Amino acid sequence: MPAVSKGDGMRGLAVFISDIRNCKSKEAEIKRINKELANIRSKFKGDKALDGYSKKKYVCKLLFIFLLGHDIDFGHMEAVNLLSSNKYTEKQIGYLFISVLVNSNSELIRLINNAIKNDLSSRNPTFMCLALHCIANVGSREMAEAFASEIPRILVAGDTMDSVKQSAALCLLRLYKTSPDLVLMGEWTSRVVHLLNDQHMGVVTAAISLITCLSQKNPDEFKTCVSLAVSRLSRIVSSASTDLQDYTYYFVPAPWLSCKLLRLLQCYPPPEDGAVKGRLVECLETILNKAQEPPKSKKVQHSNAKNAILFEAISLIIHYDSEPNLLVRACNQLGQFLQHRETNLRYLALESMCTLASSEFSHEAVKTHIETVINALKTERDVSVRQRAADLLYAMCDRSNAKQIVAEMLSYLETADYSIREEMVLKVAILAEKYAVDYSWYVDTILNLIRIAGDYVSEEVWYRVIQIVINRDDVQGYAAKTVFEALQAPACHENMVKVGGYILGEFGNLIAGDPRSSPLVQFNLLHSKFHLCSVPTRALLLSAYIKFINLFPETKATIQEVLRCDSQIRNSDVELQQRAVEYLKLSSIASTDVLATVLEEMPPFPERESSILAKLKKKKGPGAVSVTELEDNKREGGELNGGGERGPDTSAMSTPSPSADLLGIRSAVPVGAAPASAGSLLVDVFSEAGPAAVSAAVNDDGFLRFVCKNNGVLFENQLLQIGIKSEYRQNLGRMYLFYGNKTSVQFASFTTTVSCPGELQLQLNVQTKPVEPLVEGGAQIQQVLNIECLTDFSEAPLLNIKFRYGGALQNLTLKLPVTINKFFQPTEMASQDFFQRWKQLSQPTQEAQKIFKASHGMDTEVLKAKLLGLGTALLDNVDPNPENYVCAGVIQTKGQQVGCLLRLEPNAQAQMYRLTLRCSKDSVSKRLCELLAEQF
Amino acid sequence: MMRFLLLFSRQGKLRLQKWFTPMTEREKKKIIRDMTSMVLSRQPRSCNFLHWKDLKIIYKRYASLYFCLAIENQENELLALEVIHRYVELLDKYFGNVCELDIIFNFEKAYFILDEFLMGGEIQETSKQMINRSIEASDMLQEDDSSEWYEVELFG
Repeated sequence: MPAVSKGDGMRGLAVFISDIRNCKSKEAEIKRINKELANIRSKFKGDKALDGYSKKKYVCKLLFIFLLGHDIDFGHMEAVNLLSSNKYTEKQIGYLFISVLVNSNSELIRLINNAIKNDLSSRNPTFMCLALHCIANVGSREMAEAFASEIPRILVAGDTMDSVKQSAALCLLRLYKTSPDLVLMGEWTSRVVHLLNDQHMGVVTAAISLITCLSQKNPDEFKTCVSLAVSRLSRIVSSASTDLQDYTYYFVPAPWLSCKLLRLLQCYPPPEDGAVKGRLVECLETILNKAQEPPKSKKVQHSNAKNAILFEAISLIIHYDSEPNLLVRACNQLGQFLQHRETNLRYLALESMCTLASSEFSHEAVKTHIETVINALKTERDVSVRQRAADLLYAMCDRSNAKQIVAEMLSYLETADYSIREEMVLKVAILAEKYAVDYSWYVDTILNLIRIAGDYVSEEVWYRVIQIVINRDDVQGYAAKTVFEALQAPACHENMVKVGGYILGEFGNLIAGDPRSSPLVQFNLLHSKFHLCSVPTRALLLSAYIKFINLFPETKATIQEVLRCDSQIRNSDVELQQRAVEYLKLSSIASTDVLATVLEEMPPFPERESSILAKLKKKKGPGAVSVTELEDNKREGGELNGGGERGPDTSAMSTPSPSADLLGIRSAVPVGAAPASAGSLLVDVFSEAGPAAVSAAVNDDGFLRFVCKNNGVLFENQLLQIGIKSEYRQNLGRMYLFYGNKTSVQFASFTTTVSCPGELQLQLNVQTKPVEPLVEGGAQIQQVLNIECLTDFSEAPLLNIKFRYGGALQNLTLKLPVTINKFFQPTEMASQDFFQRWKQLSQPTQEAQKIFKASHGMDTEVLKAKLLGLGTALLDNVDPNPENYVCAGVIQTKGQQVGCLLRLEPNAQAQMYRLTLRCSKDSVSKRLCELLAEQF
Repeated sequence: MMRFLLLFSRQGKLRLQKWFTPMTEREKKKIIRDMTSMVLSRQPRSCNFLHWKDLKIIYKRYASLYFCLAIENQENELLALEVIHRYVELLDKYFGNVCELDIIFNFEKAYFILDEFLMGGEIQETSKQMINRSIEASDMLQEDDSSEWYEVELFG
C-alpha cells in the first residue's frame, strides 16, 4: 500500500481502498464491498457504543462506496450524529457525507437542521463555515425556510470573520437561486452592496457573485453597485502586479474579481454619470492596451488570466454597443487572436466576433476578416473550432459577401462532421434565401444542398424552395430546367425527386419546347425514379403525373397506362391506391376545362416567416445569437419572402401549413371526384389566396407603422436611411421622402422609381421628379411625391431604390405607406345620428369585423392618439359602454365619397380587441379592417 | 456559475465528482458517461472547450487525470481553465507533487480542499495562501483532537 495517506490517516480506510483497487474483476469488487457493508452494519448495530474515530472511519468508508457508484441505504443516522461531535474532523466527515448523500427524509433533515443551527450559533468560525457549506450543498427548501432569514444577518454583522462572510455570501446566493421568495434582502441591500468596498479581496470576490445575481433580478434596488464596481475595477486595473499580493495570479492582478466586476456591469446600461463613465472607459482602454504589451510571463496561466479579463471587457463593450471606437478596437484585437497559435484563443475569438458582427458599429470591421475565417473553416483540425468559424461566417454574412460565404459553406458541407450537417444545411438555406438577388442563384444553391447533403435537408428546406419558386414567376422556367438536369444524374437523392416532381408537375410546360425535355422525356425521367422512392414521394409523383395530363394532353395515354397497372391501382398502400384510382377516373371523365380548373397551377403562397428560421431557432444551437440578429436585420431589405407577421391568415383556406401536401391535391381529391359541382369552389379558394407574387420581394416592415402617423423613418439599414413627411387634404396628398447616406462613401447611380402595381394604377395617381444620381457620404437628398386618390384602393405603391455603393449594386423595394385612410375627413356626429347610420350600413358585406390579441399595451391615451392619427373623428358619449371607442369619417376620392364608421371594443382582461367597421363601400371596410387590426 | 466538476482517469475511472446543483443519481450517471466519452475522444491539441446542452464544458488533462468543469453559458472559459489549474495547484501544495493515487486514497481531503476554494458553484477564495492556511489549520485540529477551536486563530 502506498504511503499516501495524510492528515489523520484513517488506516482502515486506506486498507479498504487498497483492497478495492486490487480487485481483479467487478464481481470481486462487489464481493469485497458487500463484506465491508456487512461489517459496518454489524458495527453500527452492535451493543458496544462506537467511539467517534470509528464512527468517522465507517461513515467515510460508506461515502467511498457510494462514490464508487453503489447504493447506500444506512449510515445516515451515524453521519448525523457526527455533526454534533465537538471534534472538527468528525464533524467535517459528517457534513461531507450529508452533502454528498442528500436525503429528503424529513426526519433526518430536521436533525440536520438542528445540528446546523447549533454550529451557526457556535461563533466558532470553522464550524460556521462547515454548516454554511452544508446548506449551500443541499440547498433544499426546508433548509431555506430554516436559515434564509439568519444568513443575511451573519453576512453583514460587524464581528463576523472574513472567511465566514465569504461562505455566508455564497450560501445566501445558493438559497436565493433555489427559493428566491424566502430570501428577502430589504434592509440588508445597501450593506450587501457595500461589501464591494470591503478591504478583504476574498470577501469581495465571494460577495460579488451574490450581488450580480441580485442585480439581475432587482436592477433598480442594486444600481448603486455600478459606481462602486467601476471604482473597484479601476483600482485593480491600475494596480501594479505585486500590489495585490496573493490575489495576483501569474502577474495578473485579481483576474477572478476583475471578470466578476465586468460581468456585474453587464447587468446595467452604460453609467449615466459622466465621471463614472469616463473612468470605466479608461479601464476598458487600459485593458485593451495591456493586451498589446509583451507578456510578463511565458506561462499559459498568465495569458489565460489576462485574456479572460480582455474577453470579459469585450463582452461589456458589446453589451453597451455605444462606443464605436472601443468596438472597432475590440474587433481588431479579436482579429489578431484569429491567427494566434493557441487553439483556445482562436476558438474564443471566433465566438466573440459572432456577437460583434451584429453591432452596426463593428459589422464592417468584422467583415474584413472573412478570408481568415474561411481559412479557419477549411484548415482547423478541431471540429468545434470549425463550427465556430461556420457560425461566424453566418453572422457576418450580408448582401455584399453572401455568394462567397454560401459557396464556402457549401463546399465545407461536403466534408463537414455529421453532427453539424443539419444545422449547416439550415444556415445555408436561410442565407441563400435572405440574400438572393437573383433567384436562379437561390435555386442552384438549394439544389446543390440537396445534392451534397440530401439526407440532412429537412422538409422545411425543400418546402421552402418550392414556395419560393411558386411565388416568383421569373424563376420558374429556370427551376424547371435545373431540376430536369439534376434528375439526369443516375443516383439522385429522394429529396431531389420530390422537388423535381413538384416543379416539373407545375412548370414542366416551360421547358417542354425543347425536344430534349419534351413532355414524354420529362415523364419518363421522373418515372424512372419512381420505384426507388418511399411512399410519400411516390404519392407526390402520382400528383405530378396527373398535373402532366393537364399540361400535356399528349402524355395522357402513357400516364393512364401507368396509373392503371396493378402496382398502382391495387397498391397495398391505401394512399397510393386512392390516388391512382381517383386520378385515373378524373383523367378519363373530366372535360378539359374541368381538368384545367382542378389542376390549375398552384396559387402563390402567403408571405410568412420562413419555417427554416423557426427550425434553426428551435435547435437553439450556438448559432442562436446570430439567428436573432438575422431577424433584427430583416429590415435590411429585399427579404425574399418573409414579411413575417403580416401573413394574411385571415382566409384560413389560403394558408397551407408547411406540412400540408404542397400540391394541395390531397384535400382537393375528394372534390375532384365530383368535378362538375366542385370546380367553382376550388376556383374561389384559389383566387383568394395570398398576395400577388410581385409583392413577395418587397420590404414592408415599415409600412404598417405609418397607418396612424404621417412622419417618421420608413427604413434604415447600415447604408441608407429613408425618412418620410406627408400631408393630405381631401383626395390629394404630398409626401416628402428624405434619403440619407449613412456612410462616408458616395452612392452612385442613385435612382428611385415609384410604381403602382396592377389595378392600383387606375386607383392612385402618383407623380414625382427624378432625384440627383449622386448622394455624397453623410448627405441627404429629398424627393417630393404628389398623390391623387382616384378611387378607393387596397394595394400600396412601391418605391424601388437602386444605387451603387463601393461597386456593389444595392437594390431595394419598399411599400410606400399610402393607405386609404389617409384621405379621411373627420365627421363629428351625435350619438343618435351615429346609430342611425350604423343601422343603415347593415348589409353583411358592408361590415368587416376582426377579433385580435393586443400586441401593444392597452393604454387609453395611446389608443386615442392612434385613432385620431387614423384621420377619423373620435366620438365621445356615443357608445353606451365608455370603454369602447367609436369613430366616424368620410374617405374622399376623386370619384366618390365613402362614409365609414368604426367601433373598437377593448377587453382588458383578455387582452383582446374586437374591431368593427361599417362603410358604404364593401372593399373599404375590408381594407380598413386589415390595416387597423395590425395597429393595436 | 459552475454546475459540476469531474475528475477522471484516462481509462474513464471517476476519481472525484462535485455537483453544485441538486441532481438525481440517474442524471449524474448519465452526465458522467457523456463527459468521459466526449472528453476522452477528443484529439490531442484540440481546444479545451466544448458545448454540451446549454452548458460549456472546459476540460484539461494533468498527467493521467482529466479535470472537467461545466459552466453556464455566460461564464468565462479561460477563467474556468484557471479554476482547474488553481485547484491542481492547491492539491499539489497540500500533497506535495500530487498524483492520482493521492486523490484516490485521500478523496475526503480532495473534497475539503475544493470546498475551501469553491462554494455553491462560485469562487469563494482565490488566494492560495488563505486556502492552505485553513486546510493546514484543520489538519492541526485533527492531530490534536482535544484542542479547542480558537487555536485555528493562531494560523488564521
